[in-house]
Amino acid sequence: MTINPDLQGRSYPAAEVYDVGREKIREFARAVKATHPAHFDVEAARALGHSDLVAPPTFAIIVAQRADAQLIEDPEAGIDFSRVVHADQRFTHHRAIIAGDELRAELHVDGVRAMGGGAMITTRAEIFTLGDDLQRNPVATTTSSILVRGEGQ
Amino acid sequence: MSLKFEDLTVGQEIGKRSIDVTRQDLVKYAGASGDFNPIHWNEAFATGVDLPGVIAHGMFTMGSAVQLVSDWAGDPAAVVDYQTRFTKPVLVTDTTGTGEPGAVIEVAGVVGALDADAGTARIDLTVTFEGQKVLMKSQAVVKLA
Repeated sequence: MTINPDLQGRSYPAAEVYDVGREKIREFARAVKATHPAHFDVEAARALGHSDLVAPPTFAIIVAQRADAQLIEDPEAGIDFSRVVHADQRFTHHRAIIAGDELRAELHVDGVRAMGGGAMITTRAEIFTLGDDLQRNPVATTTSSILVRGEGQ
Repeated sequence: MSLKFEDLTVGQEIGKRSIDVTRQDLVKYAGASGDFNPIHWNEAFATGVDLPGVIAHGMFTMGSAVQLVSDWAGDPAAVVDYQTRFTKPVLVTDTTGTGEPGAVIEVAGVVGALDADAGTARIDLTVTFEGQKVLMKSQAVVKLA
């Protein structure tokens, strides 16, 4: 199995809308053992100046990994998901994710590098909402590197 | 309580905490995040792909470690940037039914840098499992009011 080197520079358009629900924020917050009331209690979030529940700082991974799935499941990419190890991750928040957001993510393949018998692949998801005028309002930029381990790695 | 930029100094500790992790926690994280890679919940599958056993999602470790920063900042929305490298896996043993954790992750944070123009503090996290760092360059940037 080899990784297709032509993946670099490829992008995948925003495919589906991710509706950020209150219960999903609460569920994700519990799953990362967050206890801050702004994730659970709307009044506590409003007291801090937010319009609704605030998502935890790594919540955008849900949207980013859905976008990544387009690449990983792309038969042309040649990626064996069972041999994927997460190497690094970054979240840059242009604003916090708030319950009620309708998020879209455009995926960019920024780097593909052979490593031993495997490869390191770096992707970037630009996460945004659409305004009434269909203008993009940036919410978060996530970058992620995955190592696809070769045999014996 | 709100943090003031002028009260902070580089090297200042923001606190520490221990995070108990069980196999059930990994199943919960899989469901909440949508990451169902079986290396995080199935022993036979994990060892079959040359891992020492079931390992925590890197994103579970990253996501739970930053809670120290969210609580210190007083508002999770103040965390404007957060990055890490995943260097070692957190092996979670099967303690189902015993009430014991399958792994314990230790988190400590210090103020690593201050940017007066941006009004931000960079918090450097040290995240360890069994005495070894599992995250490297784990940095959260906090915007101060």
